[in-house]
Order: sequence, then structure tokens, then C-alpha cells
Amino acid sequence: MSLLHLAIVLPFLSAVFIPFLFKGLRNIHTGWFVLLVPLALFIYFIQYMPLTRDGQTVTRTLEWIPSLGINFIAHVDGLGLLFAMLITGIGALVVLYSIYYLAKEKEALHNFYVYLLMFMGAMLGVVLSDNLIVLYMFWEFTSISSFLLIGYWYDRERSRYGAQKSMLITVFGGLSMLGGIVLLYIMGGTFSIQELIGMSSGFMTDPLFVPALLLILLGAFTKSAQFPFHIWLPDAMEAPTPVSAYLHSATMVKAGIYLVARMSPVFAESELWLWLVAGFGIFTLFWGSFNAVKQTDLKAILAFSTISQLGLIMSLLGLGAAALHFDQLDDNVYMIATIAAVFHLINHATFKGSLFMMAGIVDHETGTRDIRKLGGLVNLMPITFTIAIIGCFSMAGLPPFNGFLSKEMFLTGMISVFELDIFNLSTWGVLFPVLAWIASVFTFVYSIKLVFKTFLGKPQFEKLPKKPHEAPVGMLISPLILVALVIVFGFFPNLLSNSMIKPAVESILPSLVDAGQTVKVDIYFWHGFTPELFMTIGIILTGIVLYSTLAKWESIYNRIPHRFTLNGLYDGGLSRSETGGYRLTNGVMTGFMRTYLVYIFSFFTAILLSTLLITDGFSIDTSNLAEIRSYEVILGLVLVSAAVTILFAKSRLTSIISLGAVGYSVALFFVLFRAPDLALTQLVIETVSVALFLLCFYHLPEISRKEERMKFRLGNAVLSITVGLTMTLIAISSFSSRSFESISQYHIDNVYELAAGGNMVNVILVDFRGFDTLFEICVLGIASFGIYAMVRFRGVGRENE
Amino acid sequence: MKKPNDLILKTVTKVISFIIILFSLHLFFAGHYEPGGGFIGGLMTAAALVLLLLAYDMKTVNTILPFNYKIMTALGLLIAVLTSAGALLFNVPFLTHAYDYFELPLLGETSLHTAVLFDIGVYLVVIGITMTIIQTIGESE
Repeated sequence: MSLLHLAIVLPFLSAVFIPFLFKGLRNIHTGWFVLLVPLALFIYFIQYMPLTRDGQTVTRTLEWIPSLGINFIAHVDGLGLLFAMLITGIGALVVLYSIYYLAKEKEALHNFYVYLLMFMGAMLGVVLSDNLIVLYMFWEFTSISSFLLIGYWYDRERSRYGAQKSMLITVFGGLSMLGGIVLLYIMGGTFSIQELIGMSSGFMTDPLFVPALLLILLGAFTKSAQFPFHIWLPDAMEAPTPVSAYLHSATMVKAGIYLVARMSPVFAESELWLWLVAGFGIFTLFWGSFNAVKQTDLKAILAFSTISQLGLIMSLLGLGAAALHFDQLDDNVYMIATIAAVFHLINHATFKGSLFMMAGIVDHETGTRDIRKLGGLVNLMPITFTIAIIGCFSMAGLPPFNGFLSKEMFLTGMISVFELDIFNLSTWGVLFPVLAWIASVFTFVYSIKLVFKTFLGKPQFEKLPKKPHEAPVGMLISPLILVALVIVFGFFPNLLSNSMIKPAVESILPSLVDAGQTVKVDIYFWHGFTPELFMTIGIILTGIVLYSTLAKWESIYNRIPHRFTLNGLYDGGLSRSETGGYRLTNGVMTGFMRTYLVYIFSFFTAILLSTLLITDGFSIDTSNLAEIRSYEVILGLVLVSAAVTILFAKSRLTSIISLGAVGYSVALFFVLFRAPDLALTQLVIETVSVALFLLCFYHLPEISRKEERMKFRLGNAVLSITVGLTMTLIAISSFSSRSFESISQYHIDNVYELAAGGNMVNVILVDFRGFDTLFEICVLGIASFGIYAMVRFRGVGRENE
Repeated sequence: MKKPNDLILKTVTKVISFIIILFSLHLFFAGHYEPGGGFIGGLMTAAALVLLLLAYDMKTVNTILPFNYKIMTALGLLIAVLTSAGALLFNVPFLTHAYDYFELPLLGETSLHTAVLFDIGVYLVVIGITMTIIQTIGESE
């Protein structure tokens, strides 16, 4: 176990101590201890930066289940390190923020920090694992810990609903991903991502390639809240705000992005990949931003905004795959899409984290997140306002913040679609820049709305549950650091380009780098009068117009009835599958033994008859038949007539007597077929069982003793005849196709030699096959004790009831 | 209610039940060479006991034959298991029987077989369970 492994599992290990710290040191907020973990990890991961900058990677292997090829392989490259730094860096800020956000007197902090640390460790595991099964394990850990965090205030109905919804959707995706992983393993024979990348060129023609691609993407899309799986994210906003800031803006929702980026080298050669990732991404971008405008809850706006921004990154990753189809790295315009994706990933983590914290501050200090009640807070909360305006302008893509740069690059990437002449992108591809532009307009509208409705406008403090005031300093530190980064990255984007972005891009598109070329990442603030600049100006102008006329067109959102929305579909589907499942089990499990017997017998005959038909197994061979004698015919007739009497007898007594007759004629058959031991036993046992039947009859309640024929049911008749017929056919076939001699000759030869006996049946029972007899007498013993217990102790339990 | 006079039944039972028991013992011991064996022998002995139960009442039969049939079942199982396990002492597989011919003082040359011990276990179990079932049901209201 190397230090790197220790670093990944450190959050899990430290989570063990949290309850003790919480119970033992009540005076100190537990968060202070927790803060040390992400800080230490962040510092630890910084030292990898020089390595990855030079294009080196670090791999450490810890054997877990080597026989199955499952080993905990930690692999640090540009992409993994970028995510690890995001996770630990923002993790530290979020923990700091949560110290001031959650009161130590009121909240169950030990739960909170244990879940949070679990989540942090799981995310580190996801981004730093090279083994797909280990990645999947950590992936499900993130689902579980996020479920726990969303349901943190478990006494609230909405929290439980949101937690369940996110659990169902992300676990559905996670399981699909597992399927994809298994398919990849079948194709490549390894779980290691790096090895799979090495052999990816052979996969394109594999019949399992498309299913594997679809399943992996399903996992990524559900986790990253892509359309139509985005519906869990707005409901996950019931979580405490630090959780929303951490999980649902900066880390967990980017796990899907990470997966797509990580698996890009394996799948990106395919047309399907490009279309699906880019297409779903761009539509998610549009849909998220379109829906964000109508929200009235601060966190709901941010949730839809996150969805839309994730779609943006996803679409860029999809388009970036186009770069693989052009060998030259210089002048490769499609590279810019991948660079933009990585850059926007960082930017989004910074500004969205700060915005969530801002929303949390507003909620904390005013008691509400509803923008209809808020307004005019600018004078009371100037620092929070500053944070909000920087975050929102960066989100809207306004200069001079980092969002502007990544949005410009995004537009450049989208425009480059025009130059693509692969995969029919020249026809339908036109939609990409158009949708991107429209979505950016909506992004502008909701960003402006977020700031203006909250902080500007008419103060209406009388509607607020609390008297608003500025937040404590501690709560402001984290968002201030984040917005400082927004500005720093905005003015000096090249700080990141060589240290973080270039290595990450190289790990997303490794095949392009192999040829000795390097990616040139150079982000300029000013790129001249290009089409994207005019698009941005257009976005701003249209956005202002739309925002000022918001009241006029807002009503179009109410046009769609709830039933046809995706949430309606989810709720309806859930309740319908529940009632459907209930109805199905109610219909099938009637509680009547008769029904179950019908199932069993129909299944039995269906299976046997169809096997007989399919394998053409029926055969008749009359050569081995013995001669039929008159005794057997007469006895057979007696037996059949007795059996028929049982069916048609009016009284139960007649049935019992006929059953006895059947038993005695069977005993006579034993005599005829020379089985004296069987005949003796059959006679005595038949006598005993008839006596017991008579006993049962004697004790029947008066009401069911009335004479009545068995009711005729056609279904029963048909079924019983089929069963009889099936067994007859099978008996005839098996008799006719005897393929080897019986082993009875051995017994005949050795009954005296080996066992010193003359009665072969008895010798077999006690000597050759004595083991069976041993357990048969056990069965008899159990039966007698059972009868004894049932008769003696009846009614004992009833008294206790 | 006046008790019916069943002198004939009782007298006949006295004679018959011994014959049945002898027959059952014959079935039991002849089992290795002729039709019979522990199972049917046990059932026959139980039949004799049932006949006694029919002619007399349960209390009387219990006084003359004070057996606890549940213990008899357990004893039979124990004998069968020990006989089978005894083979392990001689380093042969479970349930390997052994036999030999011995010169016994009264019977002369006799074949003794451990399978008979096993059969005694079966015999006792069968008597035990039959009597347990019949007694239990007979005593219940």
C-alpha cells in the first residue's frame, strides 16, 4: 500500500474517528478536525503537478483480487489530478463553509461529516482508479453517500423524496455502467483503463462495442444529470447548502464528465459517441438554461444552471472527439473543444461553488430562498452581493471573468462544427451553434435574474422570516476565495494552461500526443473581431431584451401540463410501476392452493411436452415387451374402476374405500410381479392409511360431511388429462429408449457372496443401500414426533395470542 | 353406558396376539433370506399391539407393556446409527457390514451378521413410530 493509496482512502479512515470527536469534544465544532483532511490531501496532490506537467504519470498497484484481475491501481495523470485537486480544494472550502453554516448545537454533525468524508474518499477513488471495477465500487460509494447527504434532514418529506429519486436514477445508471464495464472486459480481457486505451483501435468492429458504449454513457449521463436524467438534481437541492455546493456543482455531477473524458480514448473514434455525447450535451445545455429561467427558488435556479453547464461541458467533450479524425495537432481547431471543456470544468467549479455558498448565505441570513420574497439586499449584504455578481457574470459569460473565456472557447468549438465534413455533421451539425447561442441567451437571462431579483429592486423585508444582515466572516471566506479564483483565472488564464489544462487534455486525447506532439494551450483574453465575439454581443443584447420583457413571456412555461413533464413522467412511472407490481402479485398470488397447483402443473406439462416435441424424443419400441396375462388385465380393470369411482363418488366414505381398493390391488400387482416384501408392506401400510383416512372423515365437521359430488371444472379436467398423458408418453419413450443394461445383475451375483443373504430386497435395503434406509427411518421418526407435537401441543400457541 | 361384553374378543386376542408376535419375529429374523425384514416385522409387531389396544383399553396395555414408544424410536435410530458408525472403528467406510459363522453353545453353527443389528434399529423405529402415532391420536379428544 503506497502513500497514494493511503491518500485515497484517508477520508474513509478519518471518518471512523468523527463520531468520537463529535461526542468527546463537544465544545469544538467537529468540522475543524475534518478540515485538516482535504487540506492535507490538497497539499499532497499539489506535489504531483510538476510530474503531470511534464507528461509523466504515476501508477501504484495494490493487489485486491488478483485472480479476477481486480486490483486497486491508482493512476495519476493530468485528468485525474485535475479532478483530485478540485475535490480536495473545494472540499476544504466547503468544510470551512459548513463549519459556519451548520450549528454544532442543533445538527447531527457526526453524521454529516462522516457522509461527507465518505463522499470525498469515494470521489478521489473514482478519479484516481485505473481499474474499472474499483472505479465502479467508488462510483457506487458516491451514489450512496450522496443519497445519505441529500436525506440528511431525514425528517423532511422532500428530503426523503429527493434522496430516493437521486438514488434510483444514479444507481440505475451505475448498474448500466457496470454492464458496460463487463462488456469492455469481454472485449479487451482487462479491467485496466490504460490497457483498454492501448487496444482501443480493435474495438470499433467488435459487436459488443456499441452496447458497451451505450451502457457506459448511460452511467455517465445519469450521474452528470444529462437530459432526460437531469430530474434528480433539482430535487437534490433539499440537501444542506454545503452539500449542494460540493456534490451538486463541483464534484459528483462531474463524475459523469470525468467518465466521458476518461473513456474518450476508448470510444471517441466512433461516430455514435460524438453524436450522443455532443447531442445530449447540447440539448441538456439548452433545456437546463431554458428551465432555469422560470425557477423562483435560488437553489433551483442554480440546479438547472448546473444541469445546463454540465451539458455544455459534455457537448464540448463530444465535439472534441472530432479532433481524433485529424492527425495534425497544429491548427487542429477541434482541439479547442476539449481545451474549452477542461477549462470550463474548472471555471464552473469555482463560480458555481461560490454561487451555491452565496445562496446558502442568503438563506441563512434571511430565512428564505424564494426570489419573489427577496430583493434590495445589496445595502445590507454588500459582500455577498459582490460574490453573487462576480459568480453570476462569470456564469453568464461576461468579461472580465473566467466564464467569458470559456464561453468564447465554447462558441469557437461550436462554430468549428461548420468545418467538419465527417459523420454528416455538416447537415444536422448546424443545430449545435444555434442551440448553443439560444442556451447562452437563457443563461444570461437567469444569471441576471439571480442577482437582480435577490439583491436589487424594492426591499420587502417585511416578508422575510428573519431580519437580514451580513453573514459572519467565516461563512464568507470560502466563497470569497472562489470568486477570487474566478477573477484570477479570468485575468491570468495561462496560469492554468500549462500546469492543469494541458496535462488533462493530453490524457483525454492520448493518441494525438503519442506522435511526439504537444498540445498548445494558449488562452487569450482578446482574440480579435471573430464571429464568437459578435455572438457574445448578440447574447448580451438579446438577453437584456428578454430579461426586461420577462413578465410578458413567462407564461409559456405554464403551458405544459405536469403530466407531460419529465418529473410527471417519473412520478407517474414510479407510482404506476408500484401499483402495477401490486396488481400483478395480487393477480398471481391468489392465496388459493388450487391456483398454485394449476401453475405448477401447467408449467410442468408445458416444459415436458415441449421438450418432447422439440427434441423429437417420443419413441415406441415394442420388442422388449413382456406377454400380457389375463390376471394383469383383470387386476388392471379393477384398479381403474376403483380409481374412477374415487373421482365420481358422491360420498367421501366411498372415495376412501375405493382408495383402499386401489391400494390393495396395487399390493396384488406386487404379488403378481413377484415382489413379496413390497406386497407385505403395501398391505399393512394401506390398512393403516385407510384407517387414518377414516379417522379424518370421522372428525370432519358436520357441515362438510354432506354428500356432494366433486364439482366439475373443465380446466382441471383438461389439465389433469394432460398431466397423465405427458407422463404416459414420457414413460413409454423412456422404456423404449433404454440405452444400457440394468445393474441388477451385480446384486443377483453378489447377494450371497458379499452380503451373506438370500433376500435380495432386504440385503439391498440394509447392506448395499443401507444409507437410504438410515434416513428413511429418520423420516419416519420425524413424522411420528411431528404428529405427537401437533396433537399434544395444539392450542398452546393460541392461548398466548 | 353399559360396557359391552367382549369376552370372545379378549380371549381370542390373548391367543392371536402371541401368534402375530411370533410371526413378526419370524418375518424379522428370516428377512435376510426370505421375504420379511425389519420394516414389515416391526409393522406386524405393532399390529399385535394394536390388536391388544382394540381388545383392552389403553391403560391396561400400558400397564402390561410399559414402553415409552418415543424413546423406542430414538433407541432404534441410535442402534442403526451406531451400527453404521461402528464400521469406522475398523477403518472401513460407514455402513460396511461384517458377517461370520460362529459355533454357539445352544444353536450350533450360526451365521451372525451386523446387518441384523441395523435391522433391529429399523424394527424398533417402526414399532415406535406406529405406536406413537396411534397412541397419540387415540388419546386425543
